[in-house]
Amino acid sequence: MKLPVKLTINGQTHSHEVEPRLLLVHYIRETVGLTGTHVGCDTSQCGACTILMNGQAVKACTLFAVQADGAKITTIEGLAKNGELHPIQQGFWEKHGLQCGFCTPGMILAAHQMLERYPNPSEEQIRHQLEGNLCRCTGYHNIVKAIQWAAEQMAAAKK
Amino acid sequence: MYPAAFEYHAPATVKDALKLLGKLDDAKLLAGGHSLVPMMKLRLAQPKNIIDLRKVSGLTGIKEEKGVITVGAMVTHWEVESSKVLKAKAPVVSETAAVIGDPAVRNKGTMGGSLAHADPAADMPATAIALGFEFVCEGAKGKRTVKVDDWFKGLMATALKDDELLTQIRIPVWPAGSGAAYLKFPHPASRFAVVGVGAAVTIDKNGTCTRASVGVTGAGTKAVRAKGVEAALTGQALDAATIEAAAQKAAEGVDVQADLQGSVEYKSHLCRVFARRALEAALKRARG
Amino acid sequence: MATATAERFLGKSIKRREDPRFITGRGTYVDDVKLPGTTYAVFVRSPHARARIKTIDTAAAAKHPGVVAIFTGKDMTGVNSLPCGWLLPELKIPPHPPLASETASYVGDPVAVVIAETHDAAQDAADKVQVSWEVLPAVSATDRAIAAGTPQIHEVAPSNTAFTWQIGDAAAVETAFRGATVVKKRIVNQRLVANPMEPRACLARYDAATGDLTLWVTSQNPHVHRLLMAAFVLGIPEHKVRVIAPDVGGGFGSKIFLYNEETICSWATRKINRPVRWTSTRREAFQTDAHGRDHVTEAEMGFDGQGKIVGLRVQTIANLGAYLSTFAPAVPTYLYATLLNGVYEMPAIHAAVTGVFTNTVPVDAYRGAGRPEAAYLLERMIEAGAAALKMDVTEIRRKNFIPKFDNGYQTKVALNYDSGNYSAAFDKLLGMLDYRKFRADQDAARKQGRLVGIGFSTYIEACSIAPSKVVGSLGAQAGLYESAKVRVHPTGGVTVYTGSHSHGQGHETTFSQLAADELGIPMEQIEIVHGDTGAIPFGMGTYGSRSASVGGTALLMSLNKIKEKGKKIAAHLLEASPGDIEYVNGQFQVKGFPGKAVPFGQVALTAYVPHNYPEGLEPGLEETSFYDPSNFCFPFGAHACVVEVDRDTGHVTILRYLAVDDVGNVMNPMIVDGMVHGGIAQGVGQALWEGAVYDGGQLVTGSMMDYALPKADMLPMYETDRTVTPTPVNPLGVKGAGETGTIAATPAVVNAVVDALAPLGIDHIETMPLNAERVWTAMRNAKR
Repeated sequence: MKLPVKLTINGQTHSHEVEPRLLLVHYIRETVGLTGTHVGCDTSQCGACTILMNGQAVKACTLFAVQADGAKITTIEGLAKNGELHPIQQGFWEKHGLQCGFCTPGMILAAHQMLERYPNPSEEQIRHQLEGNLCRCTGYHNIVKAIQWAAEQMAAAKK
Repeated sequence: MYPAAFEYHAPATVKDALKLLGKLDDAKLLAGGHSLVPMMKLRLAQPKNIIDLRKVSGLTGIKEEKGVITVGAMVTHWEVESSKVLKAKAPVVSETAAVIGDPAVRNKGTMGGSLAHADPAADMPATAIALGFEFVCEGAKGKRTVKVDDWFKGLMATALKDDELLTQIRIPVWPAGSGAAYLKFPHPASRFAVVGVGAAVTIDKNGTCTRASVGVTGAGTKAVRAKGVEAALTGQALDAATIEAAAQKAAEGVDVQADLQGSVEYKSHLCRVFARRALEAALKRARG
Repeated sequence: MATATAERFLGKSIKRREDPRFITGRGTYVDDVKLPGTTYAVFVRSPHARARIKTIDTAAAAKHPGVVAIFTGKDMTGVNSLPCGWLLPELKIPPHPPLASETASYVGDPVAVVIAETHDAAQDAADKVQVSWEVLPAVSATDRAIAAGTPQIHEVAPSNTAFTWQIGDAAAVETAFRGATVVKKRIVNQRLVANPMEPRACLARYDAATGDLTLWVTSQNPHVHRLLMAAFVLGIPEHKVRVIAPDVGGGFGSKIFLYNEETICSWATRKINRPVRWTSTRREAFQTDAHGRDHVTEAEMGFDGQGKIVGLRVQTIANLGAYLSTFAPAVPTYLYATLLNGVYEMPAIHAAVTGVFTNTVPVDAYRGAGRPEAAYLLERMIEAGAAALKMDVTEIRRKNFIPKFDNGYQTKVALNYDSGNYSAAFDKLLGMLDYRKFRADQDAARKQGRLVGIGFSTYIEACSIAPSKVVGSLGAQAGLYESAKVRVHPTGGVTVYTGSHSHGQGHETTFSQLAADELGIPMEQIEIVHGDTGAIPFGMGTYGSRSASVGGTALLMSLNKIKEKGKKIAAHLLEASPGDIEYVNGQFQVKGFPGKAVPFGQVALTAYVPHNYPEGLEPGLEETSFYDPSNFCFPFGAHACVVEVDRDTGHVTILRYLAVDDVGNVMNPMIVDGMVHGGIAQGVGQALWEGAVYDGGQLVTGSMMDYALPKADMLPMYETDRTVTPTPVNPLGVKGAGETGTIAATPAVVNAVVDALAPLGIDHIETMPLNAERVWTAMRNAKR
């Protein structure tokens, strides 16, 4: 039996009837058509599907769409505002924090929450907070640099 | 992978949840879903009915009352990790939560869900044993409280009955002169505990151990109390040698399972190593 | 109209042009492509390592709502075996049908496909397909495949042997070993799973009106996919097939090969006349993406009294898995044993390789492919030699390095190195490290009971494998050139069509840098198109660190042709002789008279509006080149790793990682550094954590919960630098940078762990990964 869900994604309201078994990530990718959120594994390890749900980073592959009924969601497509990149996006670009780009949306959103909780993270903290996000291309070096760059920019902007 | 089809229910009260639980065939409770949903995605679990607890009132919040900290069953690992009350009164609980899964998993995974699921490699069970958690279960016939020593029954099995709901976890605040720590050897991929040890000690003014409590997770089919270690510490003046000797008993009573993560011998050894390390850290804190 | 610029881009760390789409979630990976009417394929796979298919009952599944079609192997008449693209003498080639219809040979071998309106329906119905199996005895272990009493998997391959192959001079080694100190070690180079973050996927669409088939597929080489699938398997004319590999989320080798799934979807779309999509789950990826490595080797290295190597003898069993994957036979032979000369002077080498079949996922190229196995063996053996001779590991290397050379060094195993300066890279590394201080610190640490160690790796790799004539004589069924087409538009914009394929390498940036420099126009005026057989003349794709050196050179050739034609047009406009025209900063000018010039854009326009135009010259400005290199390129370098071992648990912590690579000239240092970083991470992963483990024919490390990919908190910041020894092989002087890190890192890490454990009397650990339990066990079993 299909159930109604209504949620806000990147500021836009979406209402659909969905099967309860529909995963949130497939709702976002297939039903809504926002394909920036990726699926890289089936055991909640890789973090490619990371989105912000009510402000918190979550793995959209480990939630049913019905569990997100009423939620406010930000995906990678909603992070830049008025055509201006978020400092974390900019940081990944400046510091070459991506190669194939597949893990990148999840990495950026994981970093988004990290910098909200720890605005001035140590290298160790950054690495620990990325525990739920796998990258096979960069060896993480430049991802750490990208997040450090973004942290500095965001701190400077607050002053 | 996509789960098999199921019917979804989202009751608003404990009473309604219990009613559904009693009525529905093959129903599973869904809390944070970070143990259940992955199993459903691989179709290793195919329940006919899912009862989502997210709307159920009264299952949230962390409060301290009369020397006990109560944690609602739907409190997330992140809320535990970042709780001011827990950080002040039972920091080991926050620290344990902080090494569960990863940040995104901790945002959704719940303390109640995890302790009711009782994965043998979960972290919190060791700390639950060390501090002496209690579990408030509600059923059609009313509430009951289960002590941690009666909680873990076997592989992914607890004292929670099929028609009951775990609603609250009660964490005793240990007196001054106490210290606790949880340390684990994480699996490099899953980050579950290959072996994890939670340890709590109380010492008197002379440095004598008046109480020791040690839980071991990961190595066996369920988390267990390391009674031999506790006995070897209680009444002793705690120093490195005493701890080292006591830690040797850490694998006693653990039904250590050989698997990809390690042989029986290696895991037993890790039990001893991490018992020693956790006890050393606990003692350091107890000394202040 | 085009603008000219004097700015130069090559050699600079230009930010990547492809990044804006990736960081905003607007990349287009195969699974992002949506077509109306798409159906979804789910495969029914063997749960057994080896089993005869008695019956397949699809009746219940066919009745499931939403099911469009179900096919088994018996339905796929007229479809050929998946081909092997590299043949060795007397190679045994078992049939490899896209859907097994008689016997399944590994867990994951597909036997049926269910196609439905939705993925859920396909999955639900697939669960209802009943296969009746007769389970047969199986073998998975590499060193048991040829043992007596082991079941024979394929009729064509007695003793499960696909080939026996050798190189070098056995007698010379025998002679050399007389009186020498011979160090003998067993070396297990474990099986790995590539695990690009994007799982494989395909979407096939047949257009009945035109008869055209379009396949979107996660491919590193779409033309090769098209050739193999169209010409060899399905028998569809190549010109009616278009293969598109859009944004691809990493490959590391695993997306080179032609797989069952895209072949079946391409066949099925013609049957049902609707688009068919398949996207791998991670579990399927573990079960079906070609695995890598998996060698068991007995190695002997002989030394004279001064520590000079006198010879090397190698016997390797290479596990090929259940079938021959596309390039499987090349990897443990020509990409492995020909590298066993390393960076050392070696008077005698002999290597014998036996390729074996087992009931496991097919094995093929994984980042480095053969070369990591060779480097690991050599670097492990030379440090084991140092231990046996009680020599310092840096001293023994210095004694044996091939001296600096600029144009050719003939090895004992066929290859002729291009250029090298091995001691220079090593000296630079030792300087970064402060080696003497490290040893002093290590002594102090050891006195405190700490287990701190350092390991080195001075490696060589062979990349941009070529020329076609040579690889053809060695068994390759394809050429190894690359193509590039440069189209100058009338208004001076430029589109480059390259046969290379970027799946993380940043070609849109580096190739633009090259084109911008050559044409003297801004990068923004240049578009790079790759990954579409409908647009690109032909291409061999990207693997083996070949894009910059082979693809880049092909591009350079076309750019030069453009300039040559442009000179003729400009000469006509300037009323000068073409020989007097030079091209400077985006304009054609009379030599020595910058004032007498026409800009690039005007020449372009003239080429398409040829009113005032040279007699006999074709209009238009578009050039295509195919570049077939004269030789391989040979990057090299020196890496070092410092580790500490936890005495209690065996856990290894990396304290420092240093790398000096020489990849020839560097087009974009930022991109090269990034590839080095990622390569190191994969090499470290093999050394410490990764490994495909089979138990009873089941892959028990079959998920990301079990197979330990490196995470951010397991790795350090890398300290990298480089030396630059341009290759004489190509005009760009670039060698190749995609695999160096992976090749170098594994031995550096393992050597470091062994060095840390040296005080316990340990000089070798046979099997990787050196996970905590294995290190702990080694410590416990140590003599001291």
